[in-house]
Amino acid sequence: MVNYFSALFSILRKDLAVEWRSRQLLTAMLVFSVLIILIFNFALELDARLRAEVSAGVLWATFAFAGTLGLNRSMAIEKEHSSLDGLLLAPVDRSAIYFGKTTANTVFILVVELFTLPIYAVLYNVNLFTPGFLIVIILGSWAYSAIGTLLAAMAAQARNRELLLPVLLFPVLIPVLVAAVRASTGILDGLEMVYIWPSLNIIIAYGLIMPVLGYMFFDLIVKD
Amino acid sequence: MALKSLDRKPRSLSALDIFSFLLVSAATYLALVYAPTESVMGPVQRIFYFHASAGWVGMVAFIAAAVASLIYLIRPNKKWDVFAVAAVEVGLVYSFINIATGSIWARPIWNTWWTWDPRLVTATVMELVYFAYLLLRQGIEDPERRARFGAIYALLGSASVPLTYMSIRIWRTIHPVVIGSGSPSAQGDFDMTSTMVFTLLFSFVAFTVLGTTVLWHRIRLGWLGERVEELRYKAIGF
Repeated sequence: MVNYFSALFSILRKDLAVEWRSRQLLTAMLVFSVLIILIFNFALELDARLRAEVSAGVLWATFAFAGTLGLNRSMAIEKEHSSLDGLLLAPVDRSAIYFGKTTANTVFILVVELFTLPIYAVLYNVNLFTPGFLIVIILGSWAYSAIGTLLAAMAAQARNRELLLPVLLFPVLIPVLVAAVRASTGILDGLEMVYIWPSLNIIIAYGLIMPVLGYMFFDLIVKD
Repeated sequence: MALKSLDRKPRSLSALDIFSFLLVSAATYLALVYAPTESVMGPVQRIFYFHASAGWVGMVAFIAAAVASLIYLIRPNKKWDVFAVAAVEVGLVYSFINIATGSIWARPIWNTWWTWDPRLVTATVMELVYFAYLLLRQGIEDPERRARFGAIYALLGSASVPLTYMSIRIWRTIHPVVIGSGSPSAQGDFDMTSTMVFTLLFSFVAFTVLGTTVLWHRIRLGWLGERVEELRYKAIGF
């Protein structure tokens, strides 16, 4: 068990170190996020009245799109110099690799959110920093990475991997996106928790089911 | 090899072709002529018989594909993969018929072609998941890996479909539930007379038989495709 967690943290530390040295991915994701928000601004004509209703939707759509950059990269980087083969030779349970990567991807997307949310809050003068909202952001990001990492591992082995990942990811992602947008909107509107719990439960259920499936399937995806 | 016996079209399959043609013709007659016109909605309600039947076959096909995928992962045998692809393709076509006929019905009854109702969204998401499944398979060359990834994705997809339904159902639905208890907010609900029930059940049977026939054809096609690949491999070596 100790071995399992040390393997998990090694993967996490490696991914974070690689990213910290280059900062390529985070910069790209961040610039991309700001650009998407800018595009939404003009596409939706985000005026004061509309803003309150669509903020959560705009933000989640932004994170979902920006997140695919990170997911694509996280597996592609392992394929490039056949470093995945090296990883797989390590005498640890392979699901530790999956959970390490999922955690790293969660960290990446949280960092992007950490920068994007204040920018959005300043640009549109909405207060996003309530505890409830942040909890939804964290839970949603975990659920997103759990399924995203698994599908990225699959897409990385296909001929058209960059094209494939969003197509594979978004249909499966819809329940968690819908629930996250509902829960975030509810919290921003100051609804009582009774109305928010059902959506929150879906995010939690999804955030538990997908890692379990990842635990079961990751080995089958990366073998040979 | 098992493939040899598939060279010629099996007799029973030809018989099934004719049988499904007769059944669907009879179902068409029942739905268009025999069943009474619904008093509130009028003739457009007749589309319901095929709408529900197509939805039923589509759903069964997707469930069958998921089950076959699960079996494949436990016991990798090519036949389950061939079956799963066939079931997915059949399911896609039937679900599309289901969505299209529903849309035609909804135009006069709900006064719109489309609404973001849980059932409608779930059906669409299911369609998209299995389209993605086909795209995934296209992108992978190694047949063994293609089958494995396909099976995994089919299971992931089928796990997310009920969650999609739940995540959207938190808001009420307007889709009528004709079989079983209806929801009070449903629009376009109606009570079925016994002739309507008979027509509906007959359509279910007819569509199930037709679906089975199409599935069989598609499985056969899958095996023939395998055969062609095998022969090509033998002849040119790649």
